[in-house]
Amino acid sequence: MALLLQYTLIYASVLMLVALGGCFSEHSGVINLGLEGVMVMGALGGALVMKFMPGLPAAGMIVAVVLGAVLFGTVYSLLLAVAAINFKADQTLVGTAMNLLGAAAATVFVKALNMAEDSSNVSSAIQYIEQKKAFSMLKIGNFELSWFIVLAAIVLIASNILLYRTRFGLRLMACGEFPQAADSVGINVYKMRYAGVLISGVLGGLGGIVYITAGVSEWKFENGVAGFGFLALAVMIFGQWKPSLIALSALLFGLFRALSNVYSGFSFLAALNLPGTLYNMLPYIISLVVLAAFSRNSRAPKAEGIPYDKGQR
Amino acid sequence: MNTNEKKSLFEREGFQSLAASLICILLGLLVGFLVLLCINPAGAGTAMVSILKNFLYFPRPAIALEYFGSTLVKTAPLLLCTLSILFAYKVGLFNIGASGQYTVGAGLALYLALAFRMPWFVCLIAAMIGGALLGALAGALKAYLNVNEVIAGIMLNWISLYSVNMLLTNVKESSTTYTSPLRTGNPGALIPSLGLHHLFSENRYVTIAIPLAVLIAAAVWVVMEKTRLGYELKATGLSRNAAKYAGMREKRNIILTMAIAGCLSGLGAAFLYLSGIEQWSCAQTAVPAMGFNGIAAAFLGGLHPIGSVFSSFFIQHITSGGSYVDKMVYCSQISDLISSIIIYFCSFTLFIKHCMKQYRQKRKASAGAAKPPKQAAAAASGKGGN
Amino acid sequence: MSEYAVELLGITKRFPGILANDNITVQLRKGEIHALLGENGAGKSTLMSILFGMYQPDGGEIHKDGKKVEIRDPNDANDLGIGMVHQHFKLVECFSVLDNIILGIEPTRNGLLKKDDARKRVLELSERYRLQVDPDALVEDITVGMQQRTEILKMLYRDNEILIFDEPTAVLTVQEIAELMQIMKGLAAEGKSILFISHKLNEIMEVADRCTILRKGKYVGTVDIADATPEKLSAMMVGRDVSFKVDKQPAKPGKVILDVKGMSVASGRHKKNAVSGATFQVRSGEIVCIAGIDGNGQTELVYGLSGLEPLAGGTISLSGKDVTNETVRRRSVLGMSHIPEDRHKHGLVLDYTLEDNMVLQRYFEPQFTDQFGMLKRREIHDYAQRLIDRYDVRSGQGCETVVRAMSGGNQQKAIIAREIDKDPDFLIAVQPTRGVDVGAIEFIHKQLVEQRDAGKAVLLVSLELDEVMDVPDRILVMYEGEIVGEFKPEDVTVEELGLYMTGAKRQEV
Repeated sequence: MALLLQYTLIYASVLMLVALGGCFSEHSGVINLGLEGVMVMGALGGALVMKFMPGLPAAGMIVAVVLGAVLFGTVYSLLLAVAAINFKADQTLVGTAMNLLGAAAATVFVKALNMAEDSSNVSSAIQYIEQKKAFSMLKIGNFELSWFIVLAAIVLIASNILLYRTRFGLRLMACGEFPQAADSVGINVYKMRYAGVLISGVLGGLGGIVYITAGVSEWKFENGVAGFGFLALAVMIFGQWKPSLIALSALLFGLFRALSNVYSGFSFLAALNLPGTLYNMLPYIISLVVLAAFSRNSRAPKAEGIPYDKGQR
Repeated sequence: MNTNEKKSLFEREGFQSLAASLICILLGLLVGFLVLLCINPAGAGTAMVSILKNFLYFPRPAIALEYFGSTLVKTAPLLLCTLSILFAYKVGLFNIGASGQYTVGAGLALYLALAFRMPWFVCLIAAMIGGALLGALAGALKAYLNVNEVIAGIMLNWISLYSVNMLLTNVKESSTTYTSPLRTGNPGALIPSLGLHHLFSENRYVTIAIPLAVLIAAAVWVVMEKTRLGYELKATGLSRNAAKYAGMREKRNIILTMAIAGCLSGLGAAFLYLSGIEQWSCAQTAVPAMGFNGIAAAFLGGLHPIGSVFSSFFIQHITSGGSYVDKMVYCSQISDLISSIIIYFCSFTLFIKHCMKQYRQKRKASAGAAKPPKQAAAAASGKGGN
Repeated sequence: MSEYAVELLGITKRFPGILANDNITVQLRKGEIHALLGENGAGKSTLMSILFGMYQPDGGEIHKDGKKVEIRDPNDANDLGIGMVHQHFKLVECFSVLDNIILGIEPTRNGLLKKDDARKRVLELSERYRLQVDPDALVEDITVGMQQRTEILKMLYRDNEILIFDEPTAVLTVQEIAELMQIMKGLAAEGKSILFISHKLNEIMEVADRCTILRKGKYVGTVDIADATPEKLSAMMVGRDVSFKVDKQPAKPGKVILDVKGMSVASGRHKKNAVSGATFQVRSGEIVCIAGIDGNGQTELVYGLSGLEPLAGGTISLSGKDVTNETVRRRSVLGMSHIPEDRHKHGLVLDYTLEDNMVLQRYFEPQFTDQFGMLKRREIHDYAQRLIDRYDVRSGQGCETVVRAMSGGNQQKAIIAREIDKDPDFLIAVQPTRGVDVGAIEFIHKQLVEQRDAGKAVLLVSLELDEVMDVPDRILVMYEGEIVGEFKPEDVTVEELGLYMTGAKRQEV
């Protein structure tokens, strides 16, 4: 039971971070379908910090890893910003390309790194058994809570304030709802959309590193992040693009994801004798059902996905 | 002057698409090469050459021909995935679920072949139906419940992958994670070759799937451009409201489109797995790349069925070429990397075409200023208003 | 000090293929209401967009208080005290009125929004200028009139001295228009200088001090309203004398073609029905007009008739057949044609060629599709060519033109050609003259009358009072989803109609 709670919280943190990222991007008017790739890149950034700075003290390690992940995620999200905002590219296509590119680039990079160290090592994995201990906030027996959960909570509060209580948030949402209106009062729509996409890069990258350190102590980059970026988008839609609701729906999805890690520990679930694969499928099935139930009257930002062209009236 | 009837080469839509695609490829290769240089400057040149040469890596023509055949065997399924994505895209839908439909196609084809010892054509049809049903599901979710087909497609991809892994575990070899080979398990399920393999140094995987795939590409073109169905589907894609106003059943059209797209992807999988060239690994943790490469090929082919034939071959060519790269220097995923870079640049094709058109208009405008022709004035009045 | 608040001197603006403004000069005196008159496409909106910094002119200068200024973007315009109420409101629907007013110049404290003072100031302004609004209501929930007041408050909140109104009355009720006129006069009396863009002569005559007329991108002249007559202004606007009267013989109504009983249509926006219990008939050989202010259920009424929306109640019969539950296609085949309100949204597939659009309602007929489901391209081409010739639809490359590249007037002509040539028994024409120039308006009205004289039943839905009075043989007024009055155009005045359209009066029908 404790394990279920632990995994639910950590997976919910991941989903919430990434979904909040998607939420900022969409409120600015850009659909970020490349969050999956952004997560991989963020994970890579964080993992590289752990690999090359293994001796850092715990606090330093957390800060450095977060910075690494954020930096990689943000820089990578520039690919979307440039294509979608400046070149008015098809956002679905760019996002898809970024997902493929993220996984491929990370794999190639890590393999090259591993081969350079030891030419017989052709795996795409980075290990961080020792380094990972820095993230532990509380440990009682098997039960362990990560500092990242605290971080996610802070991000949630900050997002809420940023979106609803600041000048920036008001302007950002105006750009996603009706960019012509924002433009007519002198708001630079392009800049705001850049901001939205880059914030999604920050949070997506962060989500990536939290994800790969959630349950395991090494990550094979060949696997990418197994559709988590898309689950986060489902969380965002279910959360109606509102941070507080996103947090709640992240908890729900986190629970189902956690089940696949720990179902064998529950005697009644184990007794059902269902194949493990079924639990792996569960989050995807749930999100499909949730999407089917809640997409009909969605309150998506009205101008999302439509490139803004100053010349057009 | 009859520039109106006969446009110059540069103004042709087809030429612009081709030029834009070539620019994408060059940019993709260039950036890919830079990445290789960063990883290991010494081997970058040779690695790039290996990727681009693919089967030409073998100096003996007979062997090269055999491996050319293998590339073609894998091009056929890719072409079908490409057509699937292209078909949906023309109707305004992004079929990222092609991978899942492909997975289901593979699962049903192999299961029927190995568990029920069905002949090849039954397996083929089952794969088509399976893919079509999955596509129709995504289409129905879109049409009736407004679910974004991209997100639904991704979810269905994973669900399909896990389901097919479960299903095919029943027919796998006892010692490995792979499904039993068809050649020993049920040779009747192999697509016939009708002697085609003689053309490729007896490459026994070469089957009628290859010419069939090209024929299907031609058929897709005919359906899109020449038929009432194509007229309706494209109208639905371009403007759902106008289609509704014109009395088209736009919901049915969306579902039908996704079903046809799914059917194509499913068939693609059957073309690969029923040639015997690969076995399905039931421990697969990633959705097959075929559907995603199809996205690259569809856009690279200028979203034209015939262009797709060539772009699919090119993508498969460099994907296969990746396996000839010196494993001591680079990993084989660099071809994935290059094709994903190419997809990224594909998103700029519209912009590139737009630039070409503007350049052309400027040239025309300056030429028109010298001796004002009537039609420039006509064009100007046509553009006015609103 | 210059006597002018702002001057646009010799402004020229070119777009690809069109000269939108050709050496135009407008001088706005301090404290005056200056009207800018011209047809659609005369270049009024382009000129104002230049003044507001949304476009850069290719030639000419802008002076403020006699000094030359550069306006690179709306921020510059705002800094110079220039504000604009756009024709299509620039309001974020899911924001509150207050948020919309402060957007762009939000007051903050410690980085957080601080709305108390802003709210106080908005309430003060709204009291002083009699612009009644609820600052905390969401824009999507308030009336169009209140939305416009929000736009005006946006300008006043920014202390703008020069106010541009871009066709502000197009969306208002008769009463709201009267109110707006008072507001504008009040603003001018307080020393604000107002540019008022319109093509409605009576409004200009009522409120403006001077008027500048544009035609086809060119400057025609500036006149004092005190010395002008509507006839003189309209001749200057159009470049010739126009008869606004539609030439027609008395109607000879025949048998009932459309019979609607107790029709209701649900609303997509709120719980009430958008149309409730509408009962009326249209006979062959007559034009019936649905008059009313925008948003009183006309759109939904048409959706219900054409089959785009299901009915919530009631029946429709067409030439004696009950079509209440028939599809759009079936109704079309049974003889219903529909010139839609929004030609871009419904009427055309903008990225199809003209010839493909010409068969949008008929492509499936054996004439155009063979028994194998293949399109007969040659027949489609020839048919489209015939329509283009007969209805004088102009485009760059004839049949091959992508419709998106055509002018609005010619797009509308294409739709009318297609719908009329289907030879329907019943023709619905929704705002068929919206956004087209005077020449095309005459053409379209003539076509409607010809259809009537050929024995068709025509249902015209219009927001333009001139059209309502001139074209039809019978007028039905719609208010809040109900038909509240029926008139013959010769028996009723515009003022009387206005009372019905605003719900002040109703007949027991």
